[in-house]
Amino acid sequence: MKIIEVENLVKKFGSFVANDHLTFSVDEGEIYGFLGANGAGKTTAMKILCGLSSPTSGKVMVAGYDVYHQTEMIKKRIGYMSQRFSLFEDLTVWENFQFFGGIYGLPAAKIRERTTELLGRLGLGGEKNRILGSLPLGWKQKLAFSVAIIHNPSIVFLDEPTGGVDPITRRQFWEIIYETANQGITVFVTTHYMDEAEYCRRVSIMADGKIVALDTPANLKAKYNAANIEEVFLKIARN
Amino acid sequence: MKGFIIKEFYHIFRDIRSMVVLFGMPVIQVLLFGFALSTEVKNAPVAIIDHSNDQVTRAITSKLLSSGFFILSDQVPGEGHIEEVFRHGKVKEVIVFESDFAAKLEKDRQAGIQVIADASDPNTANLLVSYTSAIINDYQQEYLKGMSLPVTVNTQSQMMYNPALKSVFMFVPGVITILLMLITAMMTSISIARENEMGTMEILLVSPMRPIQIIAGKVLPYVLLAFTNALIILLLSYFVLGMPVKGSLIMLLAESLLFIVMALSLGIFISTVSNSQQMAMMLSMFALMLPTILLSGFIFPIENMPLPLQIFSNIMPPRWFIVIVKSIMIKGLGFRYIWKETLIIAGMAVFFIVLSIRKFKIRLE
Amino acid sequence: MSSAISIHAANITKRYGDKTALDDVSFDISKGELFGFIGPDGAGKTTLFRIITSLLKPGSGAMTVEGFDTVKDYIKLRKILGYMPGRFSLYQDLTVEENLRFFAGIFKTTPEANYDLVKDIYSQIEPFKDRKAGKLSGGMKQKLALSCALIHKPEVLVLDEPTTGVDAVSRIEFWEMLSRLRLSGITIVVSTPYMDEASRCDRVALIQSGKIMSIDTPEAIRNNYGQDLWAIKTDDTYRLLGDLRQFKYTRTAFPFGEHIHLSLISKSVKPAEISAYLEAAGHINIHISKIEPSIEDCFMEMMSTESSTREK
Repeated sequence: MKIIEVENLVKKFGSFVANDHLTFSVDEGEIYGFLGANGAGKTTAMKILCGLSSPTSGKVMVAGYDVYHQTEMIKKRIGYMSQRFSLFEDLTVWENFQFFGGIYGLPAAKIRERTTELLGRLGLGGEKNRILGSLPLGWKQKLAFSVAIIHNPSIVFLDEPTGGVDPITRRQFWEIIYETANQGITVFVTTHYMDEAEYCRRVSIMADGKIVALDTPANLKAKYNAANIEEVFLKIARN
Repeated sequence: MKGFIIKEFYHIFRDIRSMVVLFGMPVIQVLLFGFALSTEVKNAPVAIIDHSNDQVTRAITSKLLSSGFFILSDQVPGEGHIEEVFRHGKVKEVIVFESDFAAKLEKDRQAGIQVIADASDPNTANLLVSYTSAIINDYQQEYLKGMSLPVTVNTQSQMMYNPALKSVFMFVPGVITILLMLITAMMTSISIARENEMGTMEILLVSPMRPIQIIAGKVLPYVLLAFTNALIILLLSYFVLGMPVKGSLIMLLAESLLFIVMALSLGIFISTVSNSQQMAMMLSMFALMLPTILLSGFIFPIENMPLPLQIFSNIMPPRWFIVIVKSIMIKGLGFRYIWKETLIIAGMAVFFIVLSIRKFKIRLE
Repeated sequence: MSSAISIHAANITKRYGDKTALDDVSFDISKGELFGFIGPDGAGKTTLFRIITSLLKPGSGAMTVEGFDTVKDYIKLRKILGYMPGRFSLYQDLTVEENLRFFAGIFKTTPEANYDLVKDIYSQIEPFKDRKAGKLSGGMKQKLALSCALIHKPEVLVLDEPTTGVDAVSRIEFWEMLSRLRLSGITIVVSTPYMDEASRCDRVALIQSGKIMSIDTPEAIRNNYGQDLWAIKTDDTYRLLGDLRQFKYTRTAFPFGEHIHLSLISKSVKPAEISAYLEAAGHINIHISKIEPSIEDCFMEMMSTESSTREK
């Protein structure tokens, strides 16, 4: 089943075309890497998929809902986490989970159950009463991700989730992403670490508002005769 | 240094919001205070109940009506129905002459006039009553020398320098002061806080520029702009509001310049204690604007304040500058009458400059 | 390394409240060196760079840059320093050219006087010199910021995470510019969270949790890894990672793109044994090759040993 379906998505700002006829789809339970240089139009497209911005034209369906008219339904079915958006530094871990669970309208018992479950999975159950600001960055990123999936969304959008994180935590983070995907939550992720692109089932590469490549990492490397995704990326960008 | 000042001008002229604040606000404020918010009353409807209708009451009535402050209402209520006309709101004041007015004046050397004003608008009522009493006093002095009229209203002392009771004269010095204070202090504090917020201060600090240079580079453009502002306000008050400049214009401008420098150094001081543009803005608004308006004698006379507030008002720079502006513009007094106030403002300027330079952080901690 | 010292740090410690940002950090950077501080966010890189640039005082310890004490001689030091802070710190409402002129001006020079030093970089953005800095793309902002930091011909150039948040192409271009700049003899100190950028530096310091774990040339750091390292690939990377973690000879197993990098508890284990284990676990298309460790492998190795020694 397709969880995201985009056909001929166009987004213009005045005369500037940020997204130029994007067409792609994301399968349910897939880890989808959304790559591209700065200014290629990734953020614009991601905002549209999250229901924060309306396309100029084209068909965009997320979790079965239409981004033109059903953004409220979309927002209930998605989770979002970015490097810039993080949790409240002056609340405890537990309080953060309670707050964000409440935002999605989960009943109190359900929030408690999910919080215990998610913290247990991170091995941070013993830290639930610590103030978030006192925790290491890597932990905060993992907690932010857990909060993004507290309401069991159909799809979670991750905008550069591992920027600046140490190499071990970065890998642990991806293991959590894998677990999440195995439970059927679709993961839509952007990153500047090209090795992370290899962890995705499929990746698309954007340049100048267009999707210029979309395939599995293995097929892309074969097609561009490259040893890794970084080489693919450079070959595309330098054209 | 020169480059710094040029850069500062770019910031100001490229930001439409700050341009509006800098030049739009003064014009709007002056005109607002000058016209719309003026407490001056024109053509207030007045009802007159004349129980004697003799030559004296007719003379007083025509003097009242020709003053321009009052027009005669066609409502003439009966004695017991005064409240009713007020309730309809068509009459602002009722004047009642007692019967046999001229005769009593002649015989008993006193006669009674009752003045009843609609005090649901206390400011207007106050003004109308004082206008009325002033006009009656006037009449008394002209025609009835040596006689005393038992009028139960007091004349106000401010009228001495403002015989026409023009409220513009009261407000313009206050408006000039508040605008110069707010604009200069707020704009400088925000512009320094912006450098902190944008991270550009980090680069400025890691350059050979000394704190005094950074501060001077920030201040000089605003001195120029604020001075231009002062000129605009003065021109508007002179030509549009008919405000006189009885004293020396050069002295007025020099005093304004001094006050601007003081306000700027206060702005810099505010920015050294606030980290964000928002905090600088809040501090300027609440720490400067409210006390400036409330405690400077601009709206509420200082003599009427409780003693602690009177003492506190001494540290409000605008309090002194308002005195200076009034003295020069309205009273036409010379420097020897305002040297004390000038000295106080100069002292405050030095105080804030020294404090700012000492508080200016040469590092990020 | 016999050349003269440019930056000398002795036992620098810096605390914020009860948090230790830098813990007894010492190093020497030679004149003309391209030196990298490599480590994740929160490792203490920005604090260290602010101490180098005299923006912060060290809590204890001493630092000199070109012989100037960063606390006492900060006025002289600031004349010879070029600094590019972590986030984009130019005037967004000024044009490209106005920014350059302004930053030249505060060092009492002009863009024309030192044009030769920035020509290589600035010429790339010169066609946009009348554009507001806020309207430039990420890579162009970076080039402008570097031009502004260089315009007064500093002796020491300090760049705090210049490539963070920049796409892969712009990152490579940026390092190419630094390599060319290095030829002019200027001392360049860079920090980055991207481990793969270490190979661009003459020497690097690996920094984590306020401590320098290692200082050396990238080659020497890789040579000191001390373990045999295997890159393993099968058709199911995710399951492969789990299975390798269960393997009785496994010391560490970390994913690297489509491969798993595996180090073993004993050097006597043969690749055939790994292969046999994976076949038994049902993996197909098994590729096993011995590889040279990358800086990232070394970093993770040091992180693990650091944290295990700390626990003891």
